[in-house]
Amino acid sequence: MARELTFRIMRYNPETPDVKPHLQDFKLKEEPGMTLFVVLNKIREEQDSSLRFDFVCRASICGSCGMLVNGRPTLACRTLTKDLSEVTTLLPLPVFKLLGDLSVDTGTWFREMSIRTESWVHDDSEFDPTAEEERMDNEKALQIYEGERCIECGCCIGGCATANIRPDFIGAAGINRIARFMVDPRDKRTEQEYFEVVGSEDGVFGCIGLMACDDNCPVGVPLRGQIAYVRRKMASAGWKMKVKS
Amino acid sequence: MGHYDMFVTDVLVIGAGLAGERAAIESARNGLNVTLLSLVPPRRSHSSAAQGGMQASLGNTAMGKGDNPDVHFMDTVKGSDWGCEQDVARLFADTAPIVMREMAHWGVPWNRVSLEKRIYDGKEIHEDPDKVGLISARNFGGTAKWRTCYTSDGTGHTVLYTMDSIVQKYGITVHDRVEALSLIHDGETCYGAIVRDLRNGELRVYTAKSTVIATGGYGRLYGASTNAVINEGTGMSIAYETGVVPLGNMEAVQFHPTGIVPSWILITEGARGDGGYLLDKNGYRFMPDYEPNKKELASRDVVSRRMIQHIRAGYGVDSPYGQHLWLDIRHLGAKHINTNLREIATICREFNGIDPVHELIPVRPTQHYSMGGIRTNIDGQAYGLKNLYALGEAACWDLHGFNRLGGNSLAETVVAGKIVGEKIAEFTKDVTLNVSTSLVEDHLLMQQKRIENLRAKKGTENVYELRNRMETALNTNVHVFRTQEHLQAAVDELRELHKRSKYIQLRGDGNGADPELAFALRLPGMIRLALTIATGALARTESRGSHFREDYPKRDDENWLKRTLAYWREGASEPELQYEPVKITESQPGDRGYGEATAGAKSGVKQ
Repeated sequence: MARELTFRIMRYNPETPDVKPHLQDFKLKEEPGMTLFVVLNKIREEQDSSLRFDFVCRASICGSCGMLVNGRPTLACRTLTKDLSEVTTLLPLPVFKLLGDLSVDTGTWFREMSIRTESWVHDDSEFDPTAEEERMDNEKALQIYEGERCIECGCCIGGCATANIRPDFIGAAGINRIARFMVDPRDKRTEQEYFEVVGSEDGVFGCIGLMACDDNCPVGVPLRGQIAYVRRKMASAGWKMKVKS
Repeated sequence: MGHYDMFVTDVLVIGAGLAGERAAIESARNGLNVTLLSLVPPRRSHSSAAQGGMQASLGNTAMGKGDNPDVHFMDTVKGSDWGCEQDVARLFADTAPIVMREMAHWGVPWNRVSLEKRIYDGKEIHEDPDKVGLISARNFGGTAKWRTCYTSDGTGHTVLYTMDSIVQKYGITVHDRVEALSLIHDGETCYGAIVRDLRNGELRVYTAKSTVIATGGYGRLYGASTNAVINEGTGMSIAYETGVVPLGNMEAVQFHPTGIVPSWILITEGARGDGGYLLDKNGYRFMPDYEPNKKELASRDVVSRRMIQHIRAGYGVDSPYGQHLWLDIRHLGAKHINTNLREIATICREFNGIDPVHELIPVRPTQHYSMGGIRTNIDGQAYGLKNLYALGEAACWDLHGFNRLGGNSLAETVVAGKIVGEKIAEFTKDVTLNVSTSLVEDHLLMQQKRIENLRAKKGTENVYELRNRMETALNTNVHVFRTQEHLQAAVDELRELHKRSKYIQLRGDGNGADPELAFALRLPGMIRLALTIATGALARTESRGSHFREDYPKRDDENWLKRTLAYWREGASEPELQYEPVKITESQPGDRGYGEATAGAKSGVKQ
């Protein structure tokens, strides 16, 4: 017998602020191989056409569908109902601006973080279309890719105690981003320049080491190691600055 | 008219995937003011999902030795079944290596040539020590050399993130969570777009000297597709609805051999490129029987047909989701699978509960790519409207003809982005924007009326039911194998659905950012595209590339070496088809060297 599942979903529409945020129950029959992508679309198509949520790739690649499933930040697309009990609570990710129901504005948050951390390769040299590419060790390329794998879903941010109380904290996603550029030999920024970007309470020193980010990352970016790496680098840069002054 | 926000820009790029962003960068570098519009945050674009890689004839690897743009050109033309524009293919093949190096300069962590020991197809590969550290390449279908540049299995992701970082560096304006509803035009010139803010449902006006459509493909018309859910062909629709811009070769739909059953998520061709096999219900590797030379790596149209043919011959594996075949990558070993094919491993584990290190992957050919799109010239200018450009999957440039090779679409986005981007910048510098307020307001009013009509709830039709019927019509009748009978059935059904789409009844209130309203605004355009695909396929009485007619199994160059142009005239209820010749500059049509024309006795397709 297929189970009847209940989904307790947070409802809030910023266009009708008089209706306060509340939980609404939806029931449906479980099907084989069912994911929350299937569940939410079925609810919208068959029960409540106004339900707002975000999916793009539905294959755990694009990072659109981060939400709290029974309190834990994860990707809805890859959450199978067979791993859930009969009642499941779905809430939007905290920290990010709520756009409605389960939809939050991760795009703006990540764009602002990227611009603050100047997340691009800093190199003044002009590209020469006639020249061979600059060589790179394959191990180095793989090391860069390891940090670059972040899909900006926001699960690390939603589950982070510091990010929840300190609005300008760049979080594990931001620190990982810095680590990605720090290991890249094409980025010519110095340690001191990085320090100016992340050597603060809103940067790497704001992290209080609870490591929920590492536990919650749905694609397994090694956030614990990345934070430790950037901390070490920045501590040494900060110390050198202090010694100089 | 009421209040509305109006934005004025030099270049308006609709779509912030790889093609749109690369073109935007070129304009910004030339000092132009650029605005990028996107349905979703740019890094969520479908470009991010491309795992496999980008073709460019760098020739750095042992298996790519001797590669050059001539070989790449020839593979592309053959792959297209001589349906492409050869001057475009030449320009593309010549430029691709430069663009890959530029992406390396900008920050893409391409996998590099290393001396690490590798076995491929039973043979050990020895790389040239002089090439260590240069951009590496992997094998893909339909190519004479290993040419596909990649970053593990996250090529699209890393290239898009790098591209978007350059967009940020140049300070290009990005408006995300917006959707273009129509183009502002007077039948001769395009002046921008009417756009809906998906955060609050408000309409906005964007006027521009040049408008660029880079909105990707229409995979979601099929439902069972490897495409992201945002790939609904809206950019093609809004150009089509001007009545003067034609869509090229809409019947050319690519099916990818390995969509995973039943979620239809893509299992990258990298899996076969790295040595994966296809097996049938008896665990038998059948592809060498059909395609002795290229085996699993014949072009995608050929492999897809062979798979369906083998299933029809009784060798499919039964499942609750229909018959399928197996993809076997177990012999590649845990290390290779968990690094170079990690994304596949993740998809298998999370969506199917399968560990591909030890288990087989269920696969079936699935809608994947649209070769057709907004017809442009070699500079990316759309036919029919001045100041309008299109590129990437939304366009029919036409690099891919009737079948695109794996790794050529991702490469096309950045190569065309550079080439067309330069043309846009050059062109836009000399344009003065001169648009009449009444023209803008007419177009705005038209969209306001559509929304008001939907909110008035005068209709009877359920938007999701119409969508499901459209998907079924295409999946059942306009798939890997096509016949007159089935195509006619699709045309009849889609005509009917098009009529019904005028009477959509919302169930919700349709206010503000209501998602049902957004879909109701989109669906009629989607049905028009679907009908155009089916109509073009019914008219084309030959087989070429991905378009395979069982009742006309041969390619017919005498009558059909030409491109379909479809127009949707104002007030029309179906497309008007015209044709134009295909440009041949270097290679006369011949045998592809794989596929039905070449292979032996087993190649006959059963009805």
